[in-house]
Amino acid sequence: MYLYDDLDRALLDDRVAEFRDQVARRISGELTEDEFKPLRLMNGVYLQLHAYMLRVCIPYGTLSSPQLRMLAHVARRYDRGYGHFTTRQNIQFNWIKLDELPDAIADLGKVGVHGMQTSGNCVRNITTDQWAGAAPDEIEDPRIFAEILRQHLTMHPEFSFLPRKFKIALTASAHDRAAIRVHDIGLRMHRNGAGETGFEVVVGGGLGRTPYVGKTINPFLHKRDLLSYVEAILRVYNQFGRRDNIYKARIKILVHELGAEAFGKEVEAEWRQIKDGPLALDAATIADIASRFSYPDYARLADDPTELSQARQTDKRFDTWLGNSVANHKQPGYAIVTLSLKPEGAPPGDATADQMDAIADLADKYSFGEIRVGHEQNLVLPHVAQHDLPALWRALDALGVATPNVGLVSDIIACPGLDYCSLANTRSIPVAQELTRRFRDLSLARDLGRLHINISGCINACGHHHVGHIGLLGVEKNGEEYFQVSIGGRADEKAGLGTLLGPAVPYAEVADVVEDIVAAYLELRERPDEIFLHTVERVGVEPFKERVYATR
Amino acid sequence: MPLVKSGHIVEDRFVRVLDDEPVPDTGSVLVPATRFLADHAEFAHREAPTGVIWPNDRPVAELVPHLDQLALVALVFPTFKDGRAYSQARLLRERHAFRGELRATGDVLRDQFLYLVRSGFDSFEAKKTADAEAFAQVVARYSVFYQPTGDGRLSARRRRLSDAEPGREKSAREVAQ
Repeated sequence: MYLYDDLDRALLDDRVAEFRDQVARRISGELTEDEFKPLRLMNGVYLQLHAYMLRVCIPYGTLSSPQLRMLAHVARRYDRGYGHFTTRQNIQFNWIKLDELPDAIADLGKVGVHGMQTSGNCVRNITTDQWAGAAPDEIEDPRIFAEILRQHLTMHPEFSFLPRKFKIALTASAHDRAAIRVHDIGLRMHRNGAGETGFEVVVGGGLGRTPYVGKTINPFLHKRDLLSYVEAILRVYNQFGRRDNIYKARIKILVHELGAEAFGKEVEAEWRQIKDGPLALDAATIADIASRFSYPDYARLADDPTELSQARQTDKRFDTWLGNSVANHKQPGYAIVTLSLKPEGAPPGDATADQMDAIADLADKYSFGEIRVGHEQNLVLPHVAQHDLPALWRALDALGVATPNVGLVSDIIACPGLDYCSLANTRSIPVAQELTRRFRDLSLARDLGRLHINISGCINACGHHHVGHIGLLGVEKNGEEYFQVSIGGRADEKAGLGTLLGPAVPYAEVADVVEDIVAAYLELRERPDEIFLHTVERVGVEPFKERVYATR
Repeated sequence: MPLVKSGHIVEDRFVRVLDDEPVPDTGSVLVPATRFLADHAEFAHREAPTGVIWPNDRPVAELVPHLDQLALVALVFPTFKDGRAYSQARLLRERHAFRGELRATGDVLRDQFLYLVRSGFDSFEAKKTADAEAFAQVVARYSVFYQPTGDGRLSARRRRLSDAEPGREKSAREVAQ
């Protein structure tokens, strides 16, 4: 965990006071809604279909147990008793009243949590691997650099009114769990030939109505240059990004129109002017930020303790969950536990206040008080002693967050859709709910193996449908809800966009279509361990298309 | 539109001269970029101060050869959402060492003041009188700044490192803040 010092707290307190003043000026009429809008957006407040929505920032997806309890409190006190975890490691509250917003934000501020820059045309939450600091394949803890970026880009005077929103993600593992190639800037930590760690810099990725996989403009950027290089990218974008058309304003369009090479040259030219200035990161600065992180005081434990093997033998359900939701930790005797927020029939990513409180308690008991939010809209207890897994599982099972479907067909990513969002063309959540019912048979789900379904209720693609193994995009046709279906997308280190199968299908048929696709996969796969994505890569989309449209 | 300088509402001594109007021999004038660039040799002979209104879609590098003869550069915010002039301001101040008056014009509201100050602006044509009157209070709202910019405010990073090494000498500009 990064621990706030007096400076971090002072800034947050000032921001809370400023927002209280802005809300007061809006309520008094001194500010018009048009003038208030960018101010509320920069504090994470959206006006949705039914109410104001507050999006709270969870920097790089890391929460302490007191912070999670405060989120529970806000859900209970100011909302309807639940919150919704998002694909950008944040949480949203959907039913906040304008006049209570300053109090909710002040409560969050007490534990160092806020809604700053979770919306608006500024740099949003810096996201990273939800297993950061725990993953065995990680070369360094990417949160140190996420925090350095977070600080630098918080209330940045030059970059608070960009052409459009701006999202940065980092990973330090070979397997990219942070979807960095579909971000405005993606940073991949790796080692160069000399053994130094640095970043591959990817720009211009993004989904929305014009999806692109990002392009590498620098294969190896030294750590010392991280801030100056990001500053150079943002400066080029701020000056030359399009502002004439909101749909062409993201950096991906600038990168596409200039070409990645020419864009990279612009960045390089700007960067050369500033790289040796005050933004250069010396070892002392990096060490200072690193020293502000607290790390678990691990016990010396061995892997695979007897408690674990006994429990696996005696309880089949535990063994199934273990195989699905528990991953290896870099520390011997420990494990990373994913909590599925995708139980059958529920909206993906929702957690009740009571669940949040209970998970905070479990984090204190079993995970050094730490909780993570992953972009797949699940939670993680990152540092659990393996001998505690049976007891933890019983508690999680009782809470309803131990469905062993992590990474499987019913672990669906979905946007809020027409149930909440004023931009949506279609509902998303009920489609996800129906699919979790259709695929409630977990042994079938396990047999299918890794399969990611992503659902977006409109072309803005908040459900990341382009990079779903199966992607569903809600569109409106003659006033009716329809879905375009694509397959073969992925958001990992081999990120790619899915291929559209054919004409959009009616809302009522979309679950049937997904079942048809899955049935086709079962017939087409060469071996049980050939996952859906690999089958699509091998045979192409045609056989799936035939199956889906043969009878429609 | 009230003009704020040094934290106070002041009278604007610059007179705006449009493209087709004659330039008076005396008194401070503020002229559009195209006119200034076309007639810069003439403006160079004026005794009285000259300022230029520089649009936000034109690189400030074009102004660099003329900065010595300019008392004022006015940058433009067509709407408060359009933040290009923040970059222009920092480039003028931090890269091209412009020391004259740097003025924010257009859709300038109180919630931009601090960002403007931090980017190097030192005068502000506020859209609303109430905002202009609140200027001093608004820019004093924050005491912590994460990023080093040319305004000289000490960044959180520098404060932490100098706390860790109390003997470390602060630069004159850091001390001034």
